[in-house]
Amino acid sequence: MTHSSLQESRLDPSRAVQDHRVGAGRPFLLRIARGQTFRIVDLEGNQAVDTLFYNAHDLADRYSAVDTIRMQGALYLTTGSVIRSTSGRALLQIVADTCGRHDTLGGACASESNTVRYGQHTRHMHSCRDNFLAAIAASGLPLDKRDITSNINFFMNVPVTPEGRLTFEDGISAGGKYVELRAETDVLCLISNCPQLNNPCNAYNPTPIRLLVWDV
Amino acid sequence: MPEREPERVLLEETLPGAAMASYVLPRHHSVRFTDVEGGANVSLLAFNRELLHERYNMADTLKAQHTAFLTRGHVLYSDMGRVLCSVTQDSCGWHDTFTGVSDAAGAARYGERSYETHRNEWVRNAREELLIELGKWGLGRRDLVPNVNLFSKIAPDALGKLRYVVGHSPAGSIVELRAEMNVLLVLSTCPHALDPAPAWAPKPVHVRIARVAATGPEDVCRRSCPENARGFANTERMFLTQITEKSA
Repeated sequence: MTHSSLQESRLDPSRAVQDHRVGAGRPFLLRIARGQTFRIVDLEGNQAVDTLFYNAHDLADRYSAVDTIRMQGALYLTTGSVIRSTSGRALLQIVADTCGRHDTLGGACASESNTVRYGQHTRHMHSCRDNFLAAIAASGLPLDKRDITSNINFFMNVPVTPEGRLTFEDGISAGGKYVELRAETDVLCLISNCPQLNNPCNAYNPTPIRLLVWDV
Repeated sequence: MPEREPERVLLEETLPGAAMASYVLPRHHSVRFTDVEGGANVSLLAFNRELLHERYNMADTLKAQHTAFLTRGHVLYSDMGRVLCSVTQDSCGWHDTFTGVSDAAGAARYGERSYETHRNEWVRNAREELLIELGKWGLGRRDLVPNVNLFSKIAPDALGKLRYVVGHSPAGSIVELRAEMNVLLVLSTCPHALDPAPAWAPKPVHVRIARVAATGPEDVCRRSCPENARGFANTERMFLTQITEKSA
């Protein structure tokens, strides 16, 4: 990994118009207006932040991992990456990133997929998909399981080898690292601050994150 | 134990290039796709026929099997921890999972080939075709999830940069899927979005559907990793419940 993608931000947290702490293992839903800048901070390090974006004016036009990957010709996200919807629309662009690489392939944990990956004893553990379902059920928005698709895992390290092998590795993030995105259209953002306890995606220790939004 | 039934072919047909199609594949039936001329692509989505909001899930498929591509021995997982289909035969070695479908903006590179000027030789794209075909099942944009591109290989380098592999699927290449539940397959034979061929020349695909033996305990897909043994157990658990409900 080159470090040319590392980019710091000059934005001042005291001037943010939204500032949220999302506890370990908790969901969060927020709106980000076109032109606003959105920062996710990995407060304690190695925390996977499972994130979905929707065009706020057309919820079926949502973040698409495969369109994002194909249109940038690369698997990972970092500074300069454009987050695309299923129609190819630019939803957001990554404008700052002190971590360097974010995952597009690993998706969200779910109690059902946990039984496949780790065994039936994990069926009743907390999971990102349960967070997504809880948040959209509480929102009153016309969303259900059909609207949950492959998400971004900010700060998560899922390297793919040239032979096509995919592994979950220890994070390359650390406490205080952040990623910042500028909204290119009004978006709805659905987050699960990953509660997974069965793999190193969050160092087996889910921790809180901070979300900031600026009007610039 | 019942006698193993021999494979029985039920349907054979050839889809032209840039066609769209749906197949309902009952449990323990197979579909074999053959790349007739070489260079074909099949953009494929899979659903639980009985419960259409249970569908192929790219991420769950990849992470359970520690792979970024599909070949023999792999399975297609649904978002509910169950196996939709197994990949039982493959002569290509790599089927793409992460580059999605062609769209109208990308297909513009083939030049102006409208229906008005070219009739059924017009330029199509897989996104529009899948949406049309999904619409026939009451599905739509919300169901257009990351798909599989059979016969296509897009290779990542060590930094994740992607390269379309030209000539990956020679004429006669095959891939065979076996349904592990009753599945709906929705597909388009449009060229892959990253296929650099300059001219519009979509390739035909032969389809052969057969009834096959039930998946046994030593099956290569079930045994390829401990995750798949658990995935098959989850799938079989769903059918146990159905039998119980019927007999109750």
